[in-house]
Amino acid sequence: MDFHVDNLIQAIMPGDSISLLESLAQTRVADCYQCGKCTAGCPRSARMDKKPNQIVRMVQMGEVDAALKSEAIWQCVSCETCTARCPKSVDCAAIMDALRQVSFERGVTSKQQAAVVLFQKAFLDSVRRNGRVNEVEMIAQYKLEGFAAMRRLDLLFDGAMLAPRLQMHHKLHIIGEKVRDRDLVRRIFARCKDGKE
Amino acid sequence: MNLGYYPGCSLHGSSDDYQQSLKACLGALGVSLKELDDWICCGATAAHTLNRKLSIALPARNLALAARQGCDELLAPCSMCSLQLKKARKAMAEDLALSAEMATIVEAKPGGARVLNLIEALERVGLETIKTAVKTPLKDFKVACYYGCLLTRPPKVAEFDDCEQPESMERIVSALGATPVAWNYKTECCGAGMTMASEETVLELSHKILADAAAHGAQSIAVACPMCHVNLDMKQSAIEARYGSRYGMTIYYLCDLVGLALGLTPRALGINRHFAGRTA
Amino acid sequence: MSRIGVFVCWCGENIARVVDVDRVVEEVAKLPGVRCAVNYKYMCSEPGQTMIRERIAAEKLDGVVVASCSPHMHLKTFRKAAQAAGLNPYLLEVANIREQCSWVHSDRNQATEKAIELIRISVAKVKNNHALEPIKVPVTRRAMVVGGGVAGIQAALDIADAGYEVVMVEREPSIGGKMAGLSETFPTLDCSQCILTPRMVDVGQHPRIKLYTYSEVEAVEGFVGNFEVTVRQKARYVDITKCTGCGECSKACPLKKNKSEFDFGMGTRPAIYMPFPQAVPARPVIDKNVCAMLTRGKCGVCAKKCAAGAINYKDEDKLVKEKVGAVVLATGYKLYSIGKQAGPIAGYGEYGYGKYKDVIDSLQFERLLSASGPTSGKVKRPSDGATPKNVVFISCVGSRDNAKGLTYCSKICCMYTAKHTMLYKHKVHDGQAHVFYMDIRSAGKNYDEFVRRAIEQDGAKYYRGRVSKITEQDGKLIVRGADTLAGEPVTIEADLVVLAAAMRPADGVTELAQKLNVGCDQFGFLMESHPKLRPVETNTAGVYICGAAQAPKDIPESVAQASAAASKVQITLSAAELTREPEIARIDEKLCAACFRCYEACPYHAIEKAEVRNRKGELVKRTARVNPGLCMGCGTCVSVCPSKNADIEGFTEQETYAMIESLI
Repeated sequence: MDFHVDNLIQAIMPGDSISLLESLAQTRVADCYQCGKCTAGCPRSARMDKKPNQIVRMVQMGEVDAALKSEAIWQCVSCETCTARCPKSVDCAAIMDALRQVSFERGVTSKQQAAVVLFQKAFLDSVRRNGRVNEVEMIAQYKLEGFAAMRRLDLLFDGAMLAPRLQMHHKLHIIGEKVRDRDLVRRIFARCKDGKE
Repeated sequence: MNLGYYPGCSLHGSSDDYQQSLKACLGALGVSLKELDDWICCGATAAHTLNRKLSIALPARNLALAARQGCDELLAPCSMCSLQLKKARKAMAEDLALSAEMATIVEAKPGGARVLNLIEALERVGLETIKTAVKTPLKDFKVACYYGCLLTRPPKVAEFDDCEQPESMERIVSALGATPVAWNYKTECCGAGMTMASEETVLELSHKILADAAAHGAQSIAVACPMCHVNLDMKQSAIEARYGSRYGMTIYYLCDLVGLALGLTPRALGINRHFAGRTA
Repeated sequence: MSRIGVFVCWCGENIARVVDVDRVVEEVAKLPGVRCAVNYKYMCSEPGQTMIRERIAAEKLDGVVVASCSPHMHLKTFRKAAQAAGLNPYLLEVANIREQCSWVHSDRNQATEKAIELIRISVAKVKNNHALEPIKVPVTRRAMVVGGGVAGIQAALDIADAGYEVVMVEREPSIGGKMAGLSETFPTLDCSQCILTPRMVDVGQHPRIKLYTYSEVEAVEGFVGNFEVTVRQKARYVDITKCTGCGECSKACPLKKNKSEFDFGMGTRPAIYMPFPQAVPARPVIDKNVCAMLTRGKCGVCAKKCAAGAINYKDEDKLVKEKVGAVVLATGYKLYSIGKQAGPIAGYGEYGYGKYKDVIDSLQFERLLSASGPTSGKVKRPSDGATPKNVVFISCVGSRDNAKGLTYCSKICCMYTAKHTMLYKHKVHDGQAHVFYMDIRSAGKNYDEFVRRAIEQDGAKYYRGRVSKITEQDGKLIVRGADTLAGEPVTIEADLVVLAAAMRPADGVTELAQKLNVGCDQFGFLMESHPKLRPVETNTAGVYICGAAQAPKDIPESVAQASAAASKVQITLSAAELTREPEIARIDEKLCAACFRCYEACPYHAIEKAEVRNRKGELVKRTARVNPGLCMGCGTCVSVCPSKNADIEGFTEQETYAMIESLI
């Protein structure tokens, strides 16, 4: 994997993990009184293995590993409904982000997660190379890596039916744009990786 | 009127029909757009999912460019871009240490340019100005105004309209002579960036949106985000196939509707490049 | 030369264990002016006090210092002892060698030294003390009660039954408050009006209660024992002395479809109306904003129909002045306005209140349940009049919600929601009640059993979780909530949704409070003097509070607080004169430059701008003057006076400097 979160991850005790997540999310989990409004409004909660309020509960209680292993954090679509409606102003969406960031660091475990992570990674790889996303390049990387990692033939052919139509409407830009100062982009990525160039 | 312009990757990629429409429409309203030179990707979902620092640094680089190029106001027509830029700006304004860290990472001081989404930009032009400029009122257009997630949420970051019962798009649509319909899915998620990684999610969520709009008498849906457009327009036939429904719902960018009312042709606005509904 | 006596208490072991009381006595006896110094095990006891009295007489002492516990404990005790021995009580000081010495230090030598110093300071002060006399303020032995709900009614009846005249001021056309509009009350399911109306009639008929309805407090002047309140009697356009309450006017009025305030918008009333049949006084009022005669000069049907000739379109507001000695504020509550709100307290756009007709609040539901309500007690949905088969009740709408701006719990909603589910089930046998809650607060007598009854016997379904959003689809309300105990989101298709909105103080309370110098907390509730020990008093002498105006509470608590406030009023009115402690501000009028900085600064408005005139009536000078009835001795004026003229009796600058100098 190309990217890492802060080195603080190294030796994690439950108390440390809660602080780490809270500092990534910039919110306090102790404020949550488990009212369930986040779960009630989440468009994906019916399909999640752990519901949003349960994820926050696990972090509250220091059961961070269980939260990191859930499917839920990768099923989340980042719609921010939970954060917008929380009566205690707990930033639930940011906690989900923080868990994803940490889970990514530790390695993915399920097919659901794998697909999402590979996609996001392909996206960022394209940005790192070009400064902007080259869609064709990104999709190609996602499909090939996805097939290689997960043996999913469907990935290779998904959406293939759309290609002709996209081409007809001049929406397929095979030659993507590149920004001039790509070196700066690479330095930015490196610095965000672990503080070193 | 001059505005800085941050297109974002989608508007230069497979959603460049949005850019086409936007430029035609704003041009007709006398707004000149100055594209931010050498802008980079805002990071979108991928950055905030995998790396917090990166999710602030990429927008910070763009805010630094805006400062250097003298742009006080930046139109970001993609709601993901506009939210990420607003989020980074707010986080840095509230945390000086973070601001300093970002200045080091992007090698310049990120400025405090004001970020506008499409609706905010149209409001800057002025409802009255738009109303006066209307040549062909869109009567018989029954439009469901769809905000999606990131125009109004989270409210403390987006600082735009009411996140539960927004009305800003409806006001513009009414000013064009069209009828905005009252419906229940204005701010429900379409599935966002899960289009490729979890197509099921998008089909399910976008299906609900299309169904509710149709149930409330809408013939078209207005959006202000290229991701929402992809999910509702490009994926519409897949949704119809999955759920056995027929919608034929036209998905307009808001600037499409404004452009049409100003007398521009569908071709000029790129409407012919849409997939579903009325494309001519 | 002074003759000071010093009495050092051991306080059992509390002081003597740490402070060497024998050495203390030995040292302080050497201070100039000290005639005698003794120590004793318990100075506050009967023998201890006797010792003080005997020494004062025997040694002809002209000042006493008792070195003991905090003055908060026994200053009054010792001063009474001094007074009994013929010494002015304000020539006695307490040096605190317990809380400020033996209880906080462990080193015996250092503590003993400190105790000696503390006594030295008090001796220096006492030498400079003046004899002071308590201040006597005459008392008007009448009370005013603002607010005619159950709390105001209870307070007024208690005070009047004790023999004092009460003036009651109520804003609405009738007394009764919110309780008059409820259907049945928890936990007994008593009919609310049945238990309240006899009390209302008592108030209306009581020989010592003067009732002003449709009136408000306009202005207040004066101080405890001597308030002058200006009351604005709003124009009713009906002469209630002539009116017989026959109701013909309301029947004849052609403008029948105005939203009824008493029904919280669930029903209608004519332009000339009595709020409800059991109103006290049972007289109508004309709504001047809709009446055709008053707005456009047309109609006049009610006057034609009135056999008693009681209609008077030329009526005007009247201002009356009432003198009272004490005021009770019992202004009650209103419900939080759920829709969009301006300002720091946000609304709930996600619940669609105001947008969907069948989303109502709890008081509106009470009117639907009430036998004398707009639907005669039948539960009907506002949109189409159908009987709802699935009703969702949502708790904590506004309450316990930091994001919306109200952090407190409204206390009564868990109980009345359980009640609502039961009354609903009793009326709609095949109906299903669903309650979304976070916690159940049922702490009163028989309260928890009541809630369990709703669940176990009347079949209410309780889901532990909040509701995120309500939308309307095909005539049903889609309620998206959560059941956190089962760990699942829950969606209910409801016919009717009832929101348990937060309890808020009534409108206009902050302005009223300002007129009386009473504080409000950050949510607008009236501030009590001490949250534990003085729940019905305020920081302004003579003004008391009770009921929901102070904080959310139910009927038993409101009634209890009302009686408590009445008891405090009776203490204030019990004597023809009020005695106040003389340790208040003093301004030397000869030296006062009349800059009036003290007037601006005084938080109790206890300083007046006075004029000094000679015998010919000519103006000699202006001066600031302290009102001895209002001054609370806070010392703010002393600190702002640029000519060092203002001072506090009992804590004068001279006494204070003497204390400091004695240490140097």
